[in-house]
Amino acid sequence: MKKRIFSLSLVAMLVLSVFTLAGCSSSSSSDEVIKIGFIGPLSGDAAIYGTSASEGAQLAVDEINEAGGIDGKTIELIAYDSKADQTEAINAYNRLRDQDEVVAVIGGTLSGETLAMKDLMVADNMPVLSPTATAVDVTVDAPNIFRACFLDDYQGKAAANFATNDLGAKTAALLVGTGNPYSEGVSAAFEEVFTANGGTIVGSESYGTTDKDFSAQLTKIKELNPEIVFVPDYVQTVGPILQKAAEMGITATFMGADGWDGIQEEYADAAQDNYFTNHYAADSPSELVQSFITAYQDEYTTVPNSFAALGYDAVYVMTKAITAAGSTEADAIITALTETENQGVTGTLKFDENGDPKDKEVTIIKIDQGQLKFETQVVN
Amino acid sequence: MNLFLQQLINGLNVGSIYALIAIGYTMVYGIIKLINFAHGEIMMFGAYFAFIAATSYNMPVWAIFLTSMIIMAILGVAIEFIAYRPLRNAPRLSALITAIGVSIFLQNLALLIFKADPKVMPKLFPEKIFYLGGIEISSTTLITVGLAIVFMILLDLYIRKTKQGRAMRAVSEDKDAAILMGINVNRTISLTFALGSALGALGGVLYSVAYIQVFPTMGVMPGLKAFIAAVLGGIGIVPGAMLGGFIIGMVETMTKAYISTTWADAIVFAILIIVLLFKPTGILGKNTREKV
Repeated sequence: MKKRIFSLSLVAMLVLSVFTLAGCSSSSSSDEVIKIGFIGPLSGDAAIYGTSASEGAQLAVDEINEAGGIDGKTIELIAYDSKADQTEAINAYNRLRDQDEVVAVIGGTLSGETLAMKDLMVADNMPVLSPTATAVDVTVDAPNIFRACFLDDYQGKAAANFATNDLGAKTAALLVGTGNPYSEGVSAAFEEVFTANGGTIVGSESYGTTDKDFSAQLTKIKELNPEIVFVPDYVQTVGPILQKAAEMGITATFMGADGWDGIQEEYADAAQDNYFTNHYAADSPSELVQSFITAYQDEYTTVPNSFAALGYDAVYVMTKAITAAGSTEADAIITALTETENQGVTGTLKFDENGDPKDKEVTIIKIDQGQLKFETQVVN
Repeated sequence: MNLFLQQLINGLNVGSIYALIAIGYTMVYGIIKLINFAHGEIMMFGAYFAFIAATSYNMPVWAIFLTSMIIMAILGVAIEFIAYRPLRNAPRLSALITAIGVSIFLQNLALLIFKADPKVMPKLFPEKIFYLGGIEISSTTLITVGLAIVFMILLDLYIRKTKQGRAMRAVSEDKDAAILMGINVNRTISLTFALGSALGALGGVLYSVAYIQVFPTMGVMPGLKAFIAAVLGGIGIVPGAMLGGFIIGMVETMTKAYISTTWADAIVFAILIIVLLFKPTGILGKNTREKV
């Protein structure tokens, strides 16, 4: 028994010494380097989101450092894996704050992990810019938390405005995934604005999260014969719906939101001539977008998705704020963030009083022969 | 009225698939009194083999169906041989738990081999819409319902008219007496698994063609619903499974069309509870008291 207590205390001492040593080493060399943390899922099911965002962020850091950094100081991006798990995210954040002593955080990538870290971040007054967390609550009552992406309801409104103003649609039907906050949120916003624009919602159909048979709902929609069918869901659900609709000979234009990104790969025929809202378009005429895509492809060989673009923009916005603040004090950075305006790949980013993007452009994309084509940009 | 008929066709489409899968449940139960919960996974693997045959080997349509059905028939027999046969004389509960284990094993095996992301099933039939009165029927629906009915008739004839069919009925009625009559019980049980699994695979291929995707957990919900269909029709009775399948498909589609999509699954499962409470032997089942 005595022996065990002795060995336990020995282990405890060793662990403690490792921590204190780590603390020493990281605080000594930080004069010439500004450390920014990144948190997102880099492994597991959601890895694609985290890795894309971190690759975009890293690309921006490299570019900024090449151009001279922030007042001669280089930026170091320290990325930790949240594994899409709330506890892991909190651990990662604690490590960034205590061990690495970062001055600001880009993250979290997913809404759930960001909400889990929110209370800690607010208590620490850490300057946080989430590239991609869309849940409304992320920025509520959190003066130090900002985000680079627009919210779910914002793109629903943009889709409705596009349907009315550009497509001249008067009637629309909704097809909503019940129990899916994303689908419900975007549809509700679409319905509100489309009705306010003088349009009529002729029908609202729904399906469960595990449903694969959509024929009953589509039969009803066909009978209603709307000009637009709004289906804001992810590719795995939207694809079969579009294919079934094509098979049934439904001629309405289908529209959706950023969850459609990737629909052109496996459902090109069924998705032909339909539209969705997104954060950016790879074939946008903007020079900024094209140079970003070239740089990204040189580095990672794939075409960047929205997550990469938002991660890239987030770093630029944060850097701009730190430069404007002239110091790495949290309060100075947060104040600077509220005043920052950045022309980025995903549009013009400036923040409203909540820390959400204000008047950001929503890109409308048309699917044409298996390609995503830039259609137009909408500002609500 | 036309809308109602159109929904009826939708119900017939999904119902015929449930019926095909339900037959597998009911045949196996009829012969060894085992609810083979791995049957939904048989259906899923059937769909995957059809997917591979269609995309990698570019086979003609009839060969795709045949390959998938034959492979699954062999796999069904293998599962029975490896997992269920050693438990033939064990308590029924052990076999049931084993069946659930096999189901989970097969699901994870598929996850390992094929990964979680849904594969898109190529269109096997030329797309065409037929007009019948005011209603429209797609070629996929027509072929699905047609194939299902043809195979059900063939199975019914096989069970009623052939020698092996008669052996099957004999084993299901009284296994020990069947042995005394010189029937090879093991071979008959294998044959039952082969037929049930082949029809399950057919159901899986038709399901993936109708609903486009193939993924490791695709067998779970249709499997459960087919199980309810088998219970509703009277488990152990082949025509009952067919009837039950069509009824469940209709109820599901009509609930979605006229009541609420969120309630569709709840209502289908409520049917199971109601049947078990009021007529546990099912629609076509006879009320026989179990001998003690």
